[in-house]
Amino acid sequence: MTALDTRPAETRLSKPRLPQWAPLLVVAVAVALGLLAWMVGANIALAVLVAVAAYLVGMPAWSAAVESRRAAVDRLATGLVWSAFLVAMVPLVWLIVTVVKNGASTVDMNFLTFSMRGVIGDEQGGLYHALIGTLLITGLAALISVPVGILAAVYLVEYGAKSRMARVLTFLVDVMTGIPSIVAGLFALSLFVLIFGPAVRLGFGGSVALSLLMIPTVVRSTEEMLRLVPDDLREASYALGVPKWRTILKVVIPTCVGGIVTGVVLAISRVIGETAPLLVVAGFTSSVNMNPFDGRMMTLPVFIYTEYTDSTAKGLSYAWGGALVLIVIVMALNIIARIIGKIFAPKTGR
Amino acid sequence: MTSTATRPDPTPEAAPDTKTPLALGDRIFRVLAVGSGGLIMVALAGVFIFLAIEGYPGLSVDEDFYRPATSFLGYAGPLLFGTVLAAIIALVIAVPFAIGIALFISHYAPRRLAVPVAYLIDLLAAVPSVVFGLWGGRELAQHIGGISVWLEENLGFIPLFAGPAAKSGNTMLTAAVVLAIMILPITTAICREVFAQTPRLHEEAALALGATRWEMIRTSVFPYARSGMVSAVMLGLGRALGETMAVAMILSASPVVTLNIISGSSPATIASNIASNYKEASPDGQAVLIATGLVLFAFTFGVNFLARYLAGRGERRMAR
Repeated sequence: MTALDTRPAETRLSKPRLPQWAPLLVVAVAVALGLLAWMVGANIALAVLVAVAAYLVGMPAWSAAVESRRAAVDRLATGLVWSAFLVAMVPLVWLIVTVVKNGASTVDMNFLTFSMRGVIGDEQGGLYHALIGTLLITGLAALISVPVGILAAVYLVEYGAKSRMARVLTFLVDVMTGIPSIVAGLFALSLFVLIFGPAVRLGFGGSVALSLLMIPTVVRSTEEMLRLVPDDLREASYALGVPKWRTILKVVIPTCVGGIVTGVVLAISRVIGETAPLLVVAGFTSSVNMNPFDGRMMTLPVFIYTEYTDSTAKGLSYAWGGALVLIVIVMALNIIARIIGKIFAPKTGR
Repeated sequence: MTSTATRPDPTPEAAPDTKTPLALGDRIFRVLAVGSGGLIMVALAGVFIFLAIEGYPGLSVDEDFYRPATSFLGYAGPLLFGTVLAAIIALVIAVPFAIGIALFISHYAPRRLAVPVAYLIDLLAAVPSVVFGLWGGRELAQHIGGISVWLEENLGFIPLFAGPAAKSGNTMLTAAVVLAIMILPITTAICREVFAQTPRLHEEAALALGATRWEMIRTSVFPYARSGMVSAVMLGLGRALGETMAVAMILSASPVVTLNIISGSSPATIASNIASNYKEASPDGQAVLIATGLVLFAFTFGVNFLARYLAGRGERRMAR
């Protein structure tokens, strides 16, 4: 298994192979080339590109020379797969670094506790009103979608089984996950315009739109969790004479409650950053509105958007500040979901 | 942790499936569950119905609302074109990466790396679209602007890069790159799932016959995963078609039909057009926008429907 095999070719049983450290060596050379390009004056993106290209050319070439054409193709594929992964990490890191860098100087206590009411010119404003709006609207959306989503999943797993309605419902839920968010917003708007007449804007409309986006996620994750519950538990409960609904409430759901909660939290983290539907139905305002059933309501994503379209230096810095707050909220929710998932992970044999 | 809940009830209750009066709780619960399922179906039908009711007048309002075109078709046409163009470019960029990353997670990465990598990609999905728009419009656009100039000089003979390149970078190309990043997670996740489901025996048989890892993937993983990959791509397409804020914040739009993706005038997408014109729309203008929304909904519904159908067919074929 080493390149330093000096026996004559006809006595070897296997083709020569590159040593194990060969890819590392080529990576080192490629990185060195990239650094060189960077020092010569290329920008970072170009330098990375040079390094990747150097590896993708160098490794297969070396392999083709020593090993075989097939091995070279294999090495090329390995290189491509690794670079696909590395390149995909670039935007994530870049985005987070940019948001933190640009947002950090804006976010302070005043920014978090002031609204934009009557703020003119360089006066200090903030996103308090947007924060309140986001919490209220998302909270209401969760209040609607969690019971509906969980009950629908219970229907799919416990009652529907293989019935026609269950199959149609599964399919529709799948299709529903692909509804564009702006369409959900237009739906909520049409609904409330029909009820209250044109030019209606209210926070609750935003909740309805978000529920439409959230329900399919809740159904899917809950369904998956319910299916993980072993049938033995259900049968043991039935055998003791416990009715089905109590079995579901006291045995099935408690067994997988961790997974369900994780799914719900992740669903919330998905919709909390939705902008388009809220822009359309909840509108925007610069003051605090505590009543989601009356009047326009600002939310965090819409705040970012309006400050961005304002396109003054101050507006932009507020937009970055808002983006930082929003990202922190979303990431926190994601981490909470992970932790809940870990704590309540079903203790199966594995 | 749940076995305590299974203790026998002191009062004799009905067996789960009999319909005696005692099973009242059962019936209520069943009605609730079925009702929730029904509610979801009603909601989906409601989306169609309400959009149709509110959007129908938008098909025939005063010509002024369709400016610069004179009819709804003339108004919606360029928007639909822009939507499809942006989505397709995004797909062309995203799909190779998605397949690569999915393979990385399922077959290439060391086991200890695979889980965190999958998590990082999911994290990308958690970034709100408005933040993507902000980042794309302010940060990425400047860099793409520089690349656009280079593309125009060197590849200007391709219609896509005909130019004149917009230095600001608020172009279709930037929007498509951001869309590509946004659809990467879902496409990757589904590809990863189907790759991981390849029967272990197929893979090992290929390896035992002397295939290299890449040959094993080509001969056993890809054929097995083909329908899943198609549906992953279609789902990505559905996302890209409906994405609103990122495009609205990046693109400086004008109602033209052009393949040129690096110039300062590119067609808006349906979704971004709704978002950017909603503020100042009168009731008639609103109706027009809702009508375009209905077009978008029908279109994405069709794409998603097809994607799920293909995936379902693939699953049935595997099951046999």
